[in-house]
Amino acid sequence: MTQLIEIRDVSKIYERGKQKVEVLHHVHLDVAQGQFLALMGPSGSGKTTLLNLIGGLDSPSGGSISVGGQRIDNLGAGALAKWRASQVGFVFQFYNLMPMLSAQRNVELPLLLTKLSSAERRKRAGIALELVGLADRASHKPGELSGGQQQRVSIARAIVSDPTLLVCDEPTGDLDRQSAQDVLALLRALNRDHGKTIVMVTHDPKAAEYANHTLHLDKGTLVEQATA
Amino acid sequence: MKYLHLIWASLFRRKTRTILTLVSIVAAFLLFGLLDAVRTSFAEAGQSANGAQRLQTGSRLSFIQLLPQSLQARIAQVPGVKIVTYANWFGGAYQDPHNQVFSFAVAPNYLDVYPEMAVSEAERKTFDATRTGALVGEGLAERFHWKVGDRIPMQSTIFPDRSGSKNWTFDVSGIIHSTDKKASGFFDQLMLLHWTYFDETTPYNRGQVGWYVTRVSDVNQADRVAKAIDALSANSDHETRTLTEQAATAAWMKQLADIGLIVSSIMGAVFFTLMLLAGNTMMQAVRERTGELAVLKTIGFSSTSVLAMVLAESVLLLVLGGVLGIALAEPLIPLISHASRGMLALAPVGAGSWALGGALMLGIGVLVGALPAWSAMRLNIVDALARR
Repeated sequence: MTQLIEIRDVSKIYERGKQKVEVLHHVHLDVAQGQFLALMGPSGSGKTTLLNLIGGLDSPSGGSISVGGQRIDNLGAGALAKWRASQVGFVFQFYNLMPMLSAQRNVELPLLLTKLSSAERRKRAGIALELVGLADRASHKPGELSGGQQQRVSIARAIVSDPTLLVCDEPTGDLDRQSAQDVLALLRALNRDHGKTIVMVTHDPKAAEYANHTLHLDKGTLVEQATA
Repeated sequence: MKYLHLIWASLFRRKTRTILTLVSIVAAFLLFGLLDAVRTSFAEAGQSANGAQRLQTGSRLSFIQLLPQSLQARIAQVPGVKIVTYANWFGGAYQDPHNQVFSFAVAPNYLDVYPEMAVSEAERKTFDATRTGALVGEGLAERFHWKVGDRIPMQSTIFPDRSGSKNWTFDVSGIIHSTDKKASGFFDQLMLLHWTYFDETTPYNRGQVGWYVTRVSDVNQADRVAKAIDALSANSDHETRTLTEQAATAAWMKQLADIGLIVSSIMGAVFFTLMLLAGNTMMQAVRERTGELAVLKTIGFSSTSVLAMVLAESVLLLVLGGVLGIALAEPLIPLISHASRGMLALAPVGAGSWALGGALMLGIGVLVGALPAWSAMRLNIVDALARR
């Protein structure tokens, strides 16, 4: 299987005043194209830090990260922003939708960075909303949607520009059981039917069951690897 | 343009706060529109084609210092002078000292120097033949419901008659119709009296005039003529200063008050306060949206785009309020001029006011948006997302 993500000897050190905190220690990780990977571990183990590095939101203190054959650890802020816009979709625990925009406008946001016409942007956002089962809620604002629906809108926003990789940080952490299952089923469908590579951080073993691969992090080190 | 809906939505995210800030901006620019109209009116005073041909000669010391009437004949001899007339300030009020009237005691040929003041031939004849006659501006007659033939009591705030009474009586002989729209506010409210009657009645004048007005044959020779007129009184006890009508009006107004400075000071204070207010609104708005801005950066918006969007939001806020404010001033100005019954002839909002207003909107918008936009641009995605 082709490797989409190659992480080599990655460390991340945060400086808190005079103190240096090493959050990740020499992590090696390969994620294959089309894989659904769950990252688990206790709070402070470095899961979100690793996810941020994979999504190009942060840069490692050492080592290298390649996604789709491209080194992203040495890209400048501008190039990294462009790379994220075209290659990565993000799903957050608290949805992070723009409260003043409709679901349709929220989904369209990443497309504003493309040269698509407004009609084409609307069309693609409509397709993405349909894919997550919310075509009839396109004109609703986030405040008028349930948590599960908001998370599905955020997934539509993540996939609208057709990225290769989806990074999800606790996507079900703020949802009830049923909504969580719906969201996880949707992620699995995106992985299986649309070939999206997904890296998901979760605390929930039930959520991890939807992934086809699970990794555990403890104190910044990968300690266990399991395949579903 | 494709970001406009996003900028618009962000601006009205907190509707009440944005609307209250907008109201402040509207009020500030409404005030700007009105005060700029006052400034323009004063700046444009005396600027007319006829005005360019006229020179005003007054005392070098002060505009309240009088000049000898005998100077008229000598000024008339200066090469380049077409006609010379004179006038005195009467300082009239009707019924109540608050009802001040622009009233001048003038020489018989005064109207010949001011072709923009039209009086019918018959009324002019009546005025010339009536010692206590008065010509009144159209607006003034309308304001006090005067008509030709009325006998009106006036009070001079300065000059008593020989018995010591400041109550005078005049006969309305005719109505002045202004033919110059720009100066119509002034001529509309003017009252002209006979200088001879004034001079003979008050013991304080004794053959003196307040100022001379000279019409020159050639506008290009105005400077030379002015110098020649002033040379007539050089080293005398009544040295003169001759200026073009525009410069004389400006100098006269400056002796009353520096309108430009007053307007600039008021607007400076208003816009400084506005900057603090709008700046605070923008800072709060951006601080509240830290997470949203981080999300925009996460999905690929560059730091420069985020900076530009916050700046655009700030400029949009100022432009919306500013345009509304100045647009509101447009219909208010004629209403105020009308309500003042011509005492305050404000200039309409012109292209100059719009251009200055536009520059202020953009400038203040950029200034108040700069700091929050800079903070938004420097926002660290990971830190900002972790704060939620």
